[in-house]
Formats: sequence, structure tokens, C-alpha cells
Amino acid sequence: MQPFRKHKGKVVPLDKVNVDTDQIIPKQFLKRIERSGFGEFLFHNWRFEHDGKKIEDFILHSPHHQNATILVAGRNFGCGSSREHAVWALTDYGFQVVIAPSFGDIFANNSLKNGLLTVQLGEEQIAEIMRRANEIPQYELSVDLEALRVEDAHGFSAAFAMDDFSRHCLLNGLDDIGLTLQHEREIASYEANHPVPAEMKAILAS
Amino acid sequence: MAPRTLFEKIWDAHVVAAPEGQSALLYIDLHLVHEVTSPQAFDGLRANGRRLRQPLRTVATVDHNIPTTPRGLPITDPIAARQIEALQKNCREFGVPLFDMDSAEQGIVHVIGPELGITLPGMTIVCGDSHTSTHGAFGSLAFGIGTSEVEHVLATQCLPQKKPKTMQVRVSGKLADGVTAKDLALGIIGQIGTDGATGYVIEYAGDAVRSLSMESRMTLCNMSIEAGARAGMIAPDDTTFAYSKGRRFAPKGQDWEDAVAHWRTLASDPGARFDKVVEIDAASLAPFVTWGTNPGMVVAVNARVPELTSFAQESDRRAAEQALAYMGLDPGTPMEAIAVDRVFIGSCTNSRIEDLRAAARVAKGQHVNAKVRAMVVPGSQAIKRVAEQEGLHRIFLDAGFEWRESGCSMCLGMNPDILQPGERCASTSNRNFEGRQGRGGRTHLVSPMMAAAAAITGHFTDIRNWKF
Repeated sequence: MQPFRKHKGKVVPLDKVNVDTDQIIPKQFLKRIERSGFGEFLFHNWRFEHDGKKIEDFILHSPHHQNATILVAGRNFGCGSSREHAVWALTDYGFQVVIAPSFGDIFANNSLKNGLLTVQLGEEQIAEIMRRANEIPQYELSVDLEALRVEDAHGFSAAFAMDDFSRHCLLNGLDDIGLTLQHEREIASYEANHPVPAEMKAILAS
Repeated sequence: MAPRTLFEKIWDAHVVAAPEGQSALLYIDLHLVHEVTSPQAFDGLRANGRRLRQPLRTVATVDHNIPTTPRGLPITDPIAARQIEALQKNCREFGVPLFDMDSAEQGIVHVIGPELGITLPGMTIVCGDSHTSTHGAFGSLAFGIGTSEVEHVLATQCLPQKKPKTMQVRVSGKLADGVTAKDLALGIIGQIGTDGATGYVIEYAGDAVRSLSMESRMTLCNMSIEAGARAGMIAPDDTTFAYSKGRRFAPKGQDWEDAVAHWRTLASDPGARFDKVVEIDAASLAPFVTWGTNPGMVVAVNARVPELTSFAQESDRRAAEQALAYMGLDPGTPMEAIAVDRVFIGSCTNSRIEDLRAAARVAKGQHVNAKVRAMVVPGSQAIKRVAEQEGLHRIFLDAGFEWRESGCSMCLGMNPDILQPGERCASTSNRNFEGRQGRGGRTHLVSPMMAAAAAITGHFTDIRNWKF
């Protein structure tokens, strides 16, 4: 995983609450067995008509917000299905940061595992960012994970919180399977006291 | 020791390590695997030269994208077929038990775990599926994870976890006739919102919960994620033990007695503290129908589509306006005046034998409305067999319902069972998100009885007035 320290990029405001992962990546695209190639299907049903025609007034297609790397959305972003494909679609499309008042639990976990930074700010701060992103051409934000701060070049500045361990993993791009395996001794000792139930050993004969 | 909650007892018993400044490392007793969220995880193991640590704590089945047409037929979707083949190959290579397409035990992953006695009280259970919360009905800590976490559990049988907060949802009183666990779940979500329990594990308690059957408890816990909760749980009791006893992979003989004695100690201690408590009066609940595009957008069947002016927050009002536009509904329309095109009875929420019996009771001797196409999809092959022994399939078929093979089916429309654009569906599933059951499809969540009644009358119908 790539370390995440600082990022400066263009902002796209998606002014919707409760954006669920079914919207981020509709189910018809979950059948791929790879991690790559999901970006073209991001928000598919909001971006394209049934016949494949581009929906021009969807915010991702606005000429002002092309090549955005920071997505700003309403509360409870990424609720619903656990599909990590939602995160893969966002990162494959080019997003590196999502900013919202709150996130679906599993989505936030999935983001962390893929180096996609989820930043929680207050409802009013989000509203202010959205206003600026709509009014200021080529609007950009800087997100600094070391300083835990989001800023623009027009006087907006906000601190955000993140637990130390998640931040440490993101800053260093750590593979947390590797970290867990450092506890091999404890895992083995736990397993010695908690053997696989006898009934489950019979399962292979089934 | 200070009084502890059910959740805290299970959590404490599974902490393998609690390194300073890091999340606790939690041991996972059971990892359920299906075809959609696992291929990239197995690839990850291969790419890093890692083994699968505990193949016998890993159980796989195919459910999400398989057709519900007769099992002998080939899978017409080549990409779905490829995903199923990938799971078969991965299970062979890593030694994972697989209940495959042709297995007599195949079914929705959250249905077969309990019915095989693989899901038991006190366990930690994960699956790459958000409705893993279902298994909490047994007094286990069960939650959905993403594919990276699936890989993590395959490789280590552990997960680093931030300790969630606890919420008790106390339901007093008794559910009225026609008001089911599904309505209770929808009522709770309607009250606390789709993010009302984000960051929490819910423990359901109170007289109304205690008196629920295991099937109903599973329905209730299943929908916990729709309130944003990490998991939902119910303390194990005699109802739980009666359900699990004698199941194929449940402990036997003295082991069973010992296990029950332990499970009886899991209930939250008197005086245990929850971070939040929500009180619900069962008498305030009705058969519910969702009107919008998330499960919190819900009203009683005898109510009307809400007026936009009823939303205090601007963002909610706008969301409601967008939802009504998508759903093709006008504010103020009586719910019972809304006609349906399709009916789906199935999913990990409501496809168990009790659900099918309830729907069959409504359908018996009736006929599906001429304008409606209705299907019943049992949650597992085992449920299908029991239903057929009881003659439920006859009741459904005689009434004009389709009787299908088991799978997730039209809950998420990954297989050929989907809505056409604009079609309106009364569905016993768990999510009414835009496009969930098919692009442009309009989903209304209801209980199995309410779905069956809508199939027959052609519109939403208050089951409390049904002439059985």
C-alpha cells in the first residue's frame, strides 16, 4: 500500500446524504475477480443512461470538476453493502480522499486498507467546502494527514481527528496482515487453548 | 469484576493481543465465504505466498450470483460462472469446505450457518457481507467485512478491531398480530435512522425480543446494519438452545451440556452499562412499508407517503424529494393505494421456513393478481425440502407464485432475477436502495405476510385486516 502523507487536489462536491455502496458501484459490476478496472463503473447509474449515454449534468461530468481527486459528500457516505469494490472504484477513478460528516463503518475500514483517506468534518464545514467548490473555479483542497488538517488557498482551514493507529498505518503504508503475523506467538497460544471443534473436523467428510 | 454486557464478554474472550497504541487483535471462530467478495482475497494470499491459517474455521458456499432456475441448467452469465469457478478452485487449493451449487446444503450463507449448527452462541463470526449481523441472533458477535479483511482473516484467523460502542435496544410489550420481526426492524430504523447505530453494536432486549423465535431474531439482527450498526446481538436462551440442539455441526452429548452451561453465562449482567439505550414500545409498531430509497424511509401501511414539509432538515427534505422522484410517488398518497408489479419473498432477511409458512398462510386458496409476477425463493435447499414436505410449494404454485431454487436472488439482482426499469416490487429483502433490484426498479420493503398480501390484491394491503 502507498503511504499517505499530504495531498493537494481538485474537489468535486457530491451534495447527497446516505450515498450507499450500491450507488458507488452497482451490483452488475461486482462479478470481476480482479481488484482493478472498477473506476469506469464508479457511480455508473448516476453517470450513464440505460443506453450508455453520458448524463451530462451529473457532477462528476461537470467541466469544472474534471480530474478531481477529492470527493466531498453528505453524511453516512458509503453505508450499506460491505463491497470493497466501492473503494476500488473510487481509487481507480482517481480519488485519494473522501470528506464527509460521517461514513459507513465497513466502508471506512475498507478505505483504510486501500490507502483511501476518509476525513470526517462537521456538517457546516462540509457545507462551506461545497459552497466554495461550486463557486470557485478549479477549487482545490490540501489534506495533511501528519498535521490532521484540511485547508484551501482562500482561508478555509479545519482540523480533523483520526485514531493514532489508523493514521500510523496510512502514513507508513503498512500491510496490516504483516503486523498481525508479528503476533504469531500469541495467536498460536490462543489456538492451543481453543482447538477447532471436533464437529468441524467432520465437515470435510461431508 | 464489574458487570459486563453480552458483547463485552464475547469481545474479552477473543482478544488475542492488545498491543499498546494499536487496535486489539480479535480471534475469529468462524469465517463464512462466498463467491463475490473472496476471489481477490485468495489472490492476495497467493501473491504474498501466505497459507490459509484455519481451513476448518472457514466455510464457503455460493449464493450471490447463482441462478434460481433448476440446478441442472447451465449458468448463462459467463462472468458469474467465472466467479463461481474461482471459488471452487480456491476452496480446492486451500482446503476450504464448500457447499457448492449441487450440494443438498447449499443456501444463502447467513441461512445455512445457523441451520447446519455451524453458527453457535458466543462465537466471533465474520463474512465478506454486511448482513453477517444475522448470526448475532444466537448471541454471537458477527459482522461484515471487506475483501482486504477477508484476506486478513484467511491469513491470520484474526482481525485488528477498534472496540465499538454498545447500544441496547429495549423492546417492551408484545408485537400485535400481523406485526413481525421485520416490522420491528423497520420501526427501529425509522426511529433512529440509517446511521443511528453507526459505531455501535446493538443488543436487542426486552419482552418482545425474548418472545421471538430464532427465525424472527435472525430477521431482526440481519437488519442491524441498515441502522449502521457493526453488529446486532440477542443473548442466548432456551429458544436458542432448542434451535441449535442436534444440528449437524453443533456439539453432541456431554459437549453440548457443557456448551449450554457456558452459553447461559453470556447474557449481559444486571447493571451492565451501555453507551446508549433506545426504548421501543411494541404496541407502537404496525406492519411497515418503505416509501423511499433507504430502509429508514418507512411508514405504517395504513399511513401515507410523507409530505416534504414534514422533514426538519434541508438535506433530509432534499433526499426525500429525490427518493420520491425515483420511486415515482407523490406526497400524501395512501400507501394502500400503491400498486405493485412484482413480489419477491426471499433473501437472508426473510427466506426461512417460518417466513414461508407465514406467506403461505396468506396465499392459501388465493390467487396472485393478474398484473403481478410473484416469486418465492427459499433461503436454502434444506428449507426448500421442508417447505415441500409441508406442501407449502403447492400452496404457492396453485396461487400463481413461482417456486425457485435457493440463493440471494432478487435481493440484490446479481443473477438473472431483476426488476425492469420502473417496475415496483414488494420485497421481503433488506435494502430499497436505488437500482438494488435492477436499474430503475422501485423496491418497497415489507414482511413476508405483507408481500404475499400485496401479490394477491395487487397493492399494499394491511395484513391486520386480512381474512385468513
